[in-house]
Amino acid sequence: MTRLLLAVLVALSGVSAPTVAAAQQPIKIGIVTFLSGPAAGPFGVPARNAAELMAETLNAGTVPAPYATKGLGGNPIELIIIDEAGGPQKQVAEFRNLAQRVDLIVGYISSGDCLAIAPVAEELKKLTVLFDCGTPRIFEDASYKYVFRTGPHATMDNTSAALYVLERNPNVKSIAGINQNYAWGQDSWVDFEAAMKALKPGIEVKTSQMTKLFAGQFGAEISTLLSSGADVVHSSFWGGDLEGLVLQGAPRGLFKNHLVVLSAGEPAINRLGAKIPDGTIIGARGPFGPFAPDTALSRWFRGVFQERYAVAPNYASYKMAQGILGVKTAYEKAKAGAASPNQDQIIAAFEKLSFEGPGGMVHMSLGKGHQAVMDVAVGTARTVGGELRIVDVKRYPADRVNPPEGVKSEAWIKSGFKK
Amino acid sequence: MSSILAILFDGVVYSSWLFMMAAGLTLIYGVMRILNIAHGSLYALGAYAAATIAGAWLAAGYAPVGSYAMLALAAVLVGVVVGPLVERGLLRRMYGQDEVVLLLVTYAAFLMLEDAIKLVWGVESKLLTEPYSLPGNFHIGALAYPRYNLVLITVAIVTGLALAWALYRTRQGKLLLAVIHDREISAAMGINVTRVYLVTFTLGSMLAGLGGALTAPTIAVSPGIGVEVIVLSFAVVVVGGLGSLGGAALGALLVGVVRSFAVRYWPEAELFTIYGVMALVLIARPKGLFSAPEARKI
Repeated sequence: MTRLLLAVLVALSGVSAPTVAAAQQPIKIGIVTFLSGPAAGPFGVPARNAAELMAETLNAGTVPAPYATKGLGGNPIELIIIDEAGGPQKQVAEFRNLAQRVDLIVGYISSGDCLAIAPVAEELKKLTVLFDCGTPRIFEDASYKYVFRTGPHATMDNTSAALYVLERNPNVKSIAGINQNYAWGQDSWVDFEAAMKALKPGIEVKTSQMTKLFAGQFGAEISTLLSSGADVVHSSFWGGDLEGLVLQGAPRGLFKNHLVVLSAGEPAINRLGAKIPDGTIIGARGPFGPFAPDTALSRWFRGVFQERYAVAPNYASYKMAQGILGVKTAYEKAKAGAASPNQDQIIAAFEKLSFEGPGGMVHMSLGKGHQAVMDVAVGTARTVGGELRIVDVKRYPADRVNPPEGVKSEAWIKSGFKK
Repeated sequence: MSSILAILFDGVVYSSWLFMMAAGLTLIYGVMRILNIAHGSLYALGAYAAATIAGAWLAAGYAPVGSYAMLALAAVLVGVVVGPLVERGLLRRMYGQDEVVLLLVTYAAFLMLEDAIKLVWGVESKLLTEPYSLPGNFHIGALAYPRYNLVLITVAIVTGLALAWALYRTRQGKLLLAVIHDREISAAMGINVTRVYLVTFTLGSMLAGLGGALTAPTIAVSPGIGVEVIVLSFAVVVVGGLGSLGGAALGALLVGVVRSFAVRYWPEAELFTIYGVMALVLIARPKGLFSAPEARKI
């Protein structure tokens, strides 16, 4: 009987809002990012590096204002890092496991993983901050209390690319696409095509190539694009596919004969450098990397990252740092009212929060205060003295390239960006 | 007309790439009755080794044309080092087991090799672009193609012919054919089957390495490149008939050219056409185009 009573008490104590951490106790953050597989090189490892760097510098109190307090409100940060590889089913199992070991989770690069994890986070009542995945569907098709996304979603990548293309080349008459044949590539092309059609009715779509993820060989696709006569070629390729497209397409004149838009091209800058042909339009999925504003925080982040890893941070690194700083801001805001804030208090503080990241201001203004928006920038690659530079950078304010609260991205683009 | 020619050329380039993989795969299956999933890792190893060796060659300032020899060296190294290691160290202990068990063993080898690659080369992609751009371009109609594609086609044809010659015209080849036909009788007739297995696996590994090494200059050599290629190669080998070299050649040509036309005229169905071809062939000939008749054993 006593055992039964004890069991009931233990169970009940789990139901009541758990305290995230007592004062000075380390706060355990689960970090989920690709450590193996094709997404590890371009995104996963740069994000892991940013997480480790941020935890270390926050614990040491060396991050510039407004983040100079040590750790999270004085509590040191402890990271538990796991690999995102293996697909959504495996990740759900890993998440259930991880959720028991940590106070909160920051993670997920793949949209498929985010879509699978969000409902499980809700079921387990575990504060989960999605830092990178792009699909707008997370908060457009559902509503979550325990899930936040501190990175902007993918709609603005392609609406800003379309705006940039047409502002600089108003006579564009036709477009073509080469994208990976899964949610990311398909959604990116749908958004770009719809945005171009909304901005310039009557624009012709010459061909839409949907290649298998990591196909590697694009000879026939490049021939088709070259023969299509399209003025603009859009691609949301990333990783090895992106590098392969540049390596195979550039010698054949793909970038010379067409205006090529690489909507997620920024991580390739560090890899390919001057091999990216002049005139290529580059996006960074937000104001990251070469598009980051010149602020003290931005300069500090770029400097310490470069010094430690001997390579510049790419957008995945910025977004991870941003996720952790979002958590810090929410935690400390909640802590201002409670000595040791519980999860519900942190969530209340996180909703509709505005905070500064190394890429600039982040506003949690969509998805009932759970989805971030940011300004975005697009630019053009140009090699100067053997080094790749991003020139003609144009910034677009967040509300110009994101749908208003409560409106789905696709419908908003098709409406001609109506507010 | 030049448009059709360009589509055919794209198809043949793709076929050449597929054939180099499929030839090794079908050879190993024919002799050893092993569906070698680790073939994908051997391809990846070839690509990584090529990027490293040829990259070092170019970085040292030697003549760029020598980088082609370095690609070949990478393939040979993969064959003679990793091939025997996998065959002697792992597969040899599993002979006599069911084909499904061996399939799982090679899958395990695939996973181990993928991790080994990650340990050695990390997760960053490796680039080796010089051999691709070095020979310059040629044109079919208005379309520019790197001449390197001709290197790929030539190597595939020469490899195919050399293999055919070695199999059908040399004593060792005929011994190998005897083992393909009937392992037990061959052993009873005094053929050293263990040695034949070792040579076959080494040769098959070398072909996979060659495929990877020649592909390296055209891609970003990155984790996971072996996965995509192994699935396609299996499709090609199944179309051609498991264990048939001619089948692998025809299967690769069929898949490559059909895919190339699909990319141009029906891009939504590109992937479907590859497996559509496979399904159609298997409906008409359940064991593939060139499957050898099997002797019924009593």
